Amino acid sequence: MVKIHERKFVSADPDKCVGCQVCEYICAWTKEKTFNPLKSRIRVVRLNPLVNLSITCRLCEDPPCVAACPRDALTQSEENGTILVDEDKCNGCGWCIEACDYGAISLHPEKKVVFVCDLCKDKPDGPQCVKWCPEEALDLVTADVLAQKARITATKKLFQEALKVAPPT
Amino acid sequence: MYGYAGRILHIDLTTGKTYIEPLNEEYAKKYIGGIGLGMRLWLDHSQAGVEPLSPENPLVLATGPTSGTIWPTGGNGHAFVAKSPQSYGIGESKSHGSFGTELKRAGYDAVIFHGKAEKPVYVWIDDDSVQILDASHLWGKSPAETEDTIKEELGDYYIRVAAIGPAGEKLVRIACIINEKTRAAGRCGMGAVMGSKNLKAIALRGTKDITVAKPDEFLEFVKEFHERMKGPATKKYRTLGTPENVLVHNALHCMPTRNYTNAYFEGAEKVSGELLNERYAAKIIGCSSCAMRCEHICVVNEGPYKGAMARVEYEPLWALGPYCGVDRLDAVIKGSELCNYYGMDSISAGVIVGFAMDCYENSILTKEDMDGVEARFGSHEALVKLIEKMGKREGIGDILAEGVKFAAEKIGKGSEKLAQHIKGVEVTGYDLRCLKTAALGFAVSFRGADHNRHGAYAFDVKGKVNRLKAEKGRGKMVKDIEDVYTIIDSLIICKFSRGTYYKEFEDLSKVYTLITGFETSPEEMRLKGERINNLARVINTREGLGRKDDHLPYKVMHLPIPDEGPAKGAYVTQEELDLLLDDYYEARGWTRDGIPTPEKLKELGMDDLIPIVEAKIRKA
Repeated sequence: MVKIHERKFVSADPDKCVGCQVCEYICAWTKEKTFNPLKSRIRVVRLNPLVNLSITCRLCEDPPCVAACPRDALTQSEENGTILVDEDKCNGCGWCIEACDYGAISLHPEKKVVFVCDLCKDKPDGPQCVKWCPEEALDLVTADVLAQKARITATKKLFQEALKVAPPT
Repeated sequence: MYGYAGRILHIDLTTGKTYIEPLNEEYAKKYIGGIGLGMRLWLDHSQAGVEPLSPENPLVLATGPTSGTIWPTGGNGHAFVAKSPQSYGIGESKSHGSFGTELKRAGYDAVIFHGKAEKPVYVWIDDDSVQILDASHLWGKSPAETEDTIKEELGDYYIRVAAIGPAGEKLVRIACIINEKTRAAGRCGMGAVMGSKNLKAIALRGTKDITVAKPDEFLEFVKEFHERMKGPATKKYRTLGTPENVLVHNALHCMPTRNYTNAYFEGAEKVSGELLNERYAAKIIGCSSCAMRCEHICVVNEGPYKGAMARVEYEPLWALGPYCGVDRLDAVIKGSELCNYYGMDSISAGVIVGFAMDCYENSILTKEDMDGVEARFGSHEALVKLIEKMGKREGIGDILAEGVKFAAEKIGKGSEKLAQHIKGVEVTGYDLRCLKTAALGFAVSFRGADHNRHGAYAFDVKGKVNRLKAEKGRGKMVKDIEDVYTIIDSLIICKFSRGTYYKEFEDLSKVYTLITGFETSPEEMRLKGERINNLARVINTREGLGRKDDHLPYKVMHLPIPDEGPAKGAYVTQEELDLLLDDYYEARGWTRDGIPTPEKLKELGMDDLIPIVEAKIRKA
């Protein structure tokens, strides 16, 4: 099984994401040679003008999408944790879509099989959404790195005063 | 065809019939898309002298070739075109967000709404399926409420909606069309035209693929523009935003204050972009495909307007603030929110309130006329109340809802001297008395008083010319920049990104070529821009507008700037205006009456429009 420090996924910083959908355009282009958000593996949600976030597959441990598939069409890669879709087995029933808490797996409008982020495995420079995001809101991270970031931010907030007088590092 | 869906959708709201017409490739090449294509389609489908709020005035919705692609700021624009109920000439207004991109994916370059529905309806365009649905339950709702209700009942969160508010329903002449809650096709009263058709909203879902003619080079160019957009050309929009102008304009004494009584606002510090960002800007968001983002969403957290939220730019801030003498940003944000709620152009709304306050201060309108509102300059309570009255067409609001030009005709008593408009469209935040290149740009703007048809203020504000002087040469400057602006609005890209087109026509023609595959030289691109300006002028000529309508507001020509400082005593004389107009018409190759000549139209490949101008030239 893939180790915790190797299982990287694309995550958006809600403070930085502005809802511009550049990630959707470049994802659909990279994977399907079209500018069509419906074929993007990452999707943007704008709840109101203040709340924007792009969301894609988070490579869950024991992924519920895999468990939900009655036809065993989905498996999780041993190598990097991405979800692999066997397009011959998938019949587009949508159980995996319902099982995913993040809406990260979608039904292809024409092929009628599901598709999900594969971290741009064919691209030497990795996920194109991360590379193209104008706000640098997207990052290829592990769950552990996310936790580290949160801890550091929390600590900085708690010790604002102390940091002001601390010697520069 | 790349860059175009290749189809125009006609919807006859009177009969309920719809049909599709293939996009004429010659039109695509000549008029690009957006306002260029939209105006040409409007001309083809309307009769001279059509009443703006009648069923016979078609409302055109158009996208441009960049729409639907990842082109930065280009993916997202759309334009509305119709005869304006304010200017009685051509009206056009753009908006951004994600609406235009959806229309292109649904497979249309333009939609033309004809006629008038018997009852309130909304149109649901779901790729090839077009339905006209009942909107009686939406009538009276704000654009945001309408959008939420439609998404709910059609069951898809990603549906995009553009709607009118109560103001559009009541034919308020400054009504706008709002998409995605905070984005407005604001100017020229396009919302009133939509309301006159009983058309409450347009809902879109597009699932089709969009690609471009030369994808590899295109993506390289996109990447280059992403880099340019991180640079100095867009810094203002990414940081303080356009409200930065408040202190800049005030220092130059070119910020019309208290309905053009002054050009300097003593309370400017209290409504500055700096303070707005420090206290109220909660988040800066971006439109679909944008790589610079500019939309400063501002929230009021305390006081009488607690909870108000709106996107704030310089123009609405200026109109609702300094122009009414109001020095409170919370009231400005509340005023903007109310304009969004009722669906009104917040620039015009502020200018109308400023006009009403001026009438009140000069005893032309009494407290009784004002339904008990003490409409003194500086009163934020009056500002908010008058916007609401206008949105509802209630009491004095029913008169103000006509816009300053027609309101002054109803009020009389010399109030027309206080009505600051050009061609019936309210002025914007540049004091034309001391910005004389801008004065020309505003006077000749085909959609009435506006900074966004030319951007000629930049020469004055940046000190590239003597802004207090009217002289030969300004005509060509205005013409040249107008020709860029019509291209911007036809492609459609965002004006905030214009500084990133370092090589202007060369960059613009390159984008157009890479997307459409129509090989276009920079000079050919420039010609398209010139052609579209001439097209607009031909339309206005057909509708009876001419030199007499290329005027300036009364105070600009009769009330010298009183404030001590760099612009004291400045105003525009009739001789200066005549000099500027002559110079401009000459640069344009038009007659002295401002009519495009048959030779000019021939040169621009618009031979088919020559009969329109010939008839008028003979008369003149």
